[in-house]
Amino acid sequence: MLSVIHCDVAIIGAGGAGLRAAIEVARDYPDINIALLSKVYPMRSHTVAAEGGAAGVVKGEDNFENHFNDTVSGGDWLCDQDAVEFFVHEAPKELTQMEHWGCPWSRTPEGDVAVRPFGGMKVERTWYAADKTGFHMLHTLFQTSLKYPGIKRYDEYYSTAIVEHEGQCYGVTALDMRTGQMRFFRAKSVIIATGGAGRVFPFTTNGAIKTGDGMAMAYRVGVPLKDMEFIQYHPTGLPGTGILITEGSRGEGGILVNKDNYRYLQDYDLGPPDPWPRKKAMELGPRDRLSQAFWHEQRKGNTVKTAFGDAVLLDLRHLGEEKINQRLPMVRELAVSYMSVDPVNEPIPVRPVIHYTMGGIDTDIDAATSVAGLFAAGECACVSINGANRLGSNSLTELLVFGSRAGRNAVQFVNQLKSGVDEEKILAIAQQEVDSVMGLFQRQGSESIPALRNEMNQIMEAGAGIYRSEESLALAVKQIAALKVRFADVDLSDKSNVYNTDLIQALELGSMIDVAEAMAVSAFNRRESRGSHQRLDYVERNDQDYLRHTLATYAANAAPTIDYRDVVITKSQPAERVYGGDSK
Amino acid sequence: MKNDVSEETENTPVVRNVQFEILRYNPDQDDEPYYQTYQVPCQEEWVILDAINYIKDNLDRSLSYRWSCHMAVCGSCGLMVNGEATLSCHSFVREMPDKIRIEPLSNFPVARDLIVDMDGFVENLASVKPYIIPAEERGLEDGWYNQSPAQLEKYQQYTQCINCMLCYSACPQVGLNEGFIGPAALALAHRYNQDSRDVGRSAREDVVSSNVGIWECSFVGACSEVCPKHVDPAAAIQQTKIAATADYFKRFLMPWVKPKKSSSLEPGDEK
Amino acid sequence: MKLDNGHYIRPLARYTWWTQQSSYIRYILREVSSLFIGFFSIVLVCGLYRLSQGEAEFNSWREALWSNGFALSIIVLFFAGYHSVSWFSVTPKAMPLTFSGKRVAPEIIIGAHWLLWLLSSAFVWLLFIYGGDL
Repeated sequence: MLSVIHCDVAIIGAGGAGLRAAIEVARDYPDINIALLSKVYPMRSHTVAAEGGAAGVVKGEDNFENHFNDTVSGGDWLCDQDAVEFFVHEAPKELTQMEHWGCPWSRTPEGDVAVRPFGGMKVERTWYAADKTGFHMLHTLFQTSLKYPGIKRYDEYYSTAIVEHEGQCYGVTALDMRTGQMRFFRAKSVIIATGGAGRVFPFTTNGAIKTGDGMAMAYRVGVPLKDMEFIQYHPTGLPGTGILITEGSRGEGGILVNKDNYRYLQDYDLGPPDPWPRKKAMELGPRDRLSQAFWHEQRKGNTVKTAFGDAVLLDLRHLGEEKINQRLPMVRELAVSYMSVDPVNEPIPVRPVIHYTMGGIDTDIDAATSVAGLFAAGECACVSINGANRLGSNSLTELLVFGSRAGRNAVQFVNQLKSGVDEEKILAIAQQEVDSVMGLFQRQGSESIPALRNEMNQIMEAGAGIYRSEESLALAVKQIAALKVRFADVDLSDKSNVYNTDLIQALELGSMIDVAEAMAVSAFNRRESRGSHQRLDYVERNDQDYLRHTLATYAANAAPTIDYRDVVITKSQPAERVYGGDSK
Repeated sequence: MKNDVSEETENTPVVRNVQFEILRYNPDQDDEPYYQTYQVPCQEEWVILDAINYIKDNLDRSLSYRWSCHMAVCGSCGLMVNGEATLSCHSFVREMPDKIRIEPLSNFPVARDLIVDMDGFVENLASVKPYIIPAEERGLEDGWYNQSPAQLEKYQQYTQCINCMLCYSACPQVGLNEGFIGPAALALAHRYNQDSRDVGRSAREDVVSSNVGIWECSFVGACSEVCPKHVDPAAAIQQTKIAATADYFKRFLMPWVKPKKSSSLEPGDEK
Repeated sequence: MKLDNGHYIRPLARYTWWTQQSSYIRYILREVSSLFIGFFSIVLVCGLYRLSQGEAEFNSWREALWSNGFALSIIVLFFAGYHSVSWFSVTPKAMPLTFSGKRVAPEIIIGAHWLLWLLSSAFVWLLFIYGGDL
């Protein structure tokens, strides 16, 4: 007998976006029944690891147009400008709301919220809570959510599939990890807020849980994945572990040097090096450019060799111990613990590591997808406000702006719903999904989960890394397709019911392979260089043919079909991305 | 052109064979936990978590445990290493002997292998009303509260808790007294009590100043010793004891002074 | 003990839990020290009572303490010292002081307690030596 739970709004993912959506619904629509599902307890969500800050215009000398322009040019003009316009206007309101809910924003001596400079931003507008902004935001949201008994939480429930019928969403099937029992959440609307898919790659700042499950779920019911070829490398992660060293360390004045102690970024159109710090120049340039510079330095042999491969050096010594302890205490702790390097005395070895997925579930400005009643927000979604390259500190704000929007629109959808669907049919579809998961237990496979996972990592790193080519991408596409076939024969060693993490890893791997295929095929088809998608064979940006979003649509047992949609341009015509110099 | 994945490294990693004794338990087939031994070739920079991941990937797919961020900020990976509560991602193998005993967190029911039942813990956190209870409603158009760096400093330390539950494993009162809400919950209450934007101390009193709250604490101090984020819950609790005692006497000696309350009732708050 | 829901409870050893770690042993010693202090307070009250009875009774009480009670007194002195040291060292936790915007270092608070203890001990000692002359 299929176990069914009825609710109005089911939210998958309890990170920043999911919690924000839940609070919006619970606070303003107390009669709405909310089920908040998460495969981990909410405070474990990866929002917790974000460090630098959340952007929102506050300074007198700043304005929405600046934030808009910085974001659009930072995204290499692939951002939908109507969405960016909406986003920058909502940003300060959402961040103020967080402050009311208790978020411990760092302050100026006068007691106002402080803002710090951040990569690609013309004026300081990044609100921060020491160097643990994501942590403080997540805990503020989780603790605030405890005020609302209307939010029913289902912690450690792994969502497996969206139940969709004739273009509408009817809920989600999920595995209760405690018991191994599958349940069907019969919901009138669903919000996916499951985060990105950095674990597709081997070196990443992302935690174990970033496996693109929500992206895969939407993808498999026909929602296109948009702009999947755009995956951001964060320029400063620790070699080996990939642990994030926040951009805030460069915002506070940190510099990047190569093995000759030379600030190499000046050779890549980001200079001159002084005066420093200076916005939108040198180490405060956009992330894609900094990561690309590393790749070139590595080719030239200018990088430092460490036990974990090549790196460059992030030098914070000139900031002094007091400033480091005050503004970057976590950076110091991380470097000391995981690298045995104290940034007060020595520079920290760093290298670009995969950090953020610009692409994701295709949503419009209302967080709605092409399936009625299905919404998405946060890193799993692509609106797109980040375009081809995300500016640091825009995504924490994005969680709030689109999380709350998804919440409101999900409720609106519920309120205008007319009944009249064949419930038997819906239950049958749900049962089918449940059976396919249970089928993993019956199968006697031959492929090992860790082996397939490692292969996927190697394929993506080699074929779809910082710089790509026709050859490397074609190979990646072919290899991922082969991997997909092999995955069908995956072996489950652990066939027990209670907290079967072998099963969870198998399901996560399935999500990752589908997402990786969408990434590789999308990248293969974009024959230009833009933002974080850089090709050695097509080095220029080609607005004529590619000022469009890539849409990858799932095809069972075949590569996704690729389609394009024009980017929404309102005020800002594509121009050259200019950093360094006087940085106007 | 291939991106160079396997870069040349200066040195091949030095490997030490370490014996791991891990407490296993699967309620489907076991009535009691038992130890299982694994030999793991540990690299020098590894943390315990890396070794456990190695075991799961290469030796035993059935080993279950929690982890995510690998940078001591998500709080998932707490467990006992040679009898001490620690984060597996922050505990370095190079500092350990050749035999390492791994068990799930003490003072919690074991659900499976290294995974403990933490629903009680989350309920304890919720019981102290861990959210801003403001003096009055504030609209977004009023902007942010003014809060000086000195005011922020008063509670900032207590915001650092990552909910890793090591303090609950270290605290003997948690182990001996059913119902004690524990160090993290009390430190969280203190965080809000000290926040200049909050007036909820009297609303939290019922739970905080009860015999399952601060008065169950006998100041062993083990919680603060194991805390990976230096929250110092022991300090939070002792300070709350002083404040609670002062409140109590004020009520007798100055009954005309009413405690600060919120003018707006939030859902879920008792009157 | 396995519960109905499958969870396994590992209870803390009710009477020997404190032997598992050195920090627990130090805690128990601290708690036990108050027993000795309580006991010695009663001895001192007896001394006061003897004093009220007259000089001869008071002197016999004092001599009894010096001869029979010598070893015990040393033990009590140790525990009184341990009690003071361990409580002084944790006092900063209960007293977060700020002075002109900065947190007062715990060492200063502990040091101030030691200083006060030394001064008051010196005062009592002086009273004891010269008090008779007053």
